[in-house]
Amino acid sequence: MVNTDLLSWLWQFFSQRGGELSGIVGLSLMVSGSAVIIGAVLGVPLGALLGLKKFPGRELLLRIIYTLMSLPPVLAGLVVYLIFARSGPLGFLDILFTPPVMVIAQVLLATPIITALSSAAIAAKEKLAMDTARTLGASERQAAWMVIKEARTGILAGIMTGFGRAFGEVGAVMLVGGNVRYQTRVLTTSIVLETRQGNYEFAIVLGLILLLLSFVVSSVLLKIDDSKLR
Amino acid sequence: MPEPLFELIDVVKKYDERTVLRVKDLQLDGNKIYAILGPNGAGKSTLLKLLNMLEKPTSGRIIFQGVDLNRAGEAARLRMRRQMCMVLQNTYMFDTSVYQNVAYGLQLRGVRGVELERRVKEALSFVGLSDYGSRRAIKLSGGETQRVALARAVAIRPQVLLLDEPTANLDPDSVALIEKLVRRVHESTGATVLIITHNLFQAQRIADEAILLYNGQVIERAPINQFFTNPQSEITRRFVSGRMVY
Ligand SMILES: Nc1ncnc2c1ncn2[C@@H]1O[C@H](COP(=O)(O)OP(=O)(O)O)[C@@H](O)[C@H]1O
Ligand SMILES: [Mg+2]
Repeated sequence: MVNTDLLSWLWQFFSQRGGELSGIVGLSLMVSGSAVIIGAVLGVPLGALLGLKKFPGRELLLRIIYTLMSLPPVLAGLVVYLIFARSGPLGFLDILFTPPVMVIAQVLLATPIITALSSAAIAAKEKLAMDTARTLGASERQAAWMVIKEARTGILAGIMTGFGRAFGEVGAVMLVGGNVRYQTRVLTTSIVLETRQGNYEFAIVLGLILLLLSFVVSSVLLKIDDSKLR
Repeated sequence: MPEPLFELIDVVKKYDERTVLRVKDLQLDGNKIYAILGPNGAGKSTLLKLLNMLEKPTSGRIIFQGVDLNRAGEAARLRMRRQMCMVLQNTYMFDTSVYQNVAYGLQLRGVRGVELERRVKEALSFVGLSDYGSRRAIKLSGGETQRVALARAVAIRPQVLLLDEPTANLDPDSVALIEKLVRRVHESTGATVLIITHNLFQAQRIADEAILLYNGQVIERAPINQFFTNPQSEITRRFVSGRMVY
């Protein structure tokens, strides 16, 4: 009884709003996926540099990155908003309320976490893994690469956390994306909207999808870690 | 007289103003096993790290086969380092398979394909771990870890093998096995071995010469029997009779 009810409800739901829903899911994955890829491209090398080398200003840089780790999403959104608003320095690009600017805001959120966790993971392996590689005949560059490979679990944890932060935040994408239907609406901003409008079922379905996708993404990333063995 | 393998001239190593090693003149010949002895903090590990170029001397010259290590360029230093292999005091296994751990040093030297496989297997069988290739290296016991560390080193066929307390914390069987393997590497390849140990019996069992470090200085260097039966220095006498407090 309950089952058929649920099934028919789901059927109705997806036939009515399935198209919109897949658009929302697709955009969420696109925006947060791009943000985390850019964040990793920036954050992992920077983390490696911080973890492997002692240079003047390193301590200060680390402290700034740690501070940015707890940057509230709406604040990141505000900064990006002001930069890309019509009167802002990059206002001429006219990309406010479009997906690219949402990506930029999420890059701001994901990169510090990826950098900090990568650098901590690499620094923890640095002394022994680096020296061991050297004793076996590695050049400095080869040894550094080995250290990064040895720190892969920590780096992946950083990337996963970065993705989680981007994928789950609402404040930044709301501000800079504007939650425009069919254009900049993502999972989190939809949940806010649907809840406000009293569409709790839809909000819950969105929430479950969010969780499910996070699960899938982390499983895929963990798989990468496993396959590195051997 | 043939050129010494290593020559240290007025070598000083300081860590933040503190001198931890001061070697006026030390020559090491090829094709020998040296036991490096001395209390904790004497500078034994530092000496081996200097020879392996993991550390740079604060001043002085270290000459390997006629070449000043610190005057050589980066490429030449790497070439020289690749003729040696050091097993560190804190053995670190890369988090991959045992096979990959052993293969790494060979891959760095451009060994590929069937030759790579042959030499990894040879090294693993040498240390009695033929079946361990696919095991995860970080999950091994202490004795197995040391054997893989030795396999990693011998696979390379180094001219110089630097061993930093390779048998510390091992059970007697493992100690005996490592000693046997070290002797066998030395005999079959003619590699020069420098082995740091706190085990004076071990030093007597495997070394040709002993070098005693104390407070960063070479106190005595002598053929192994003479070192124990007829030490020249008072410090050595106290050390070998176990009366040194440290
Ligand atoms: N990286 C380092 N920084 C500062 N001091 C060090 C460092 N490495 C070794 N030392 C110091 O140098 C001295 C000699 O160390 P070491 O060569 O490891 O001694 P041993 O191996 O004979 O026990 C010790 O007092 C040690 O604390
Ligand atoms: Mg030591």
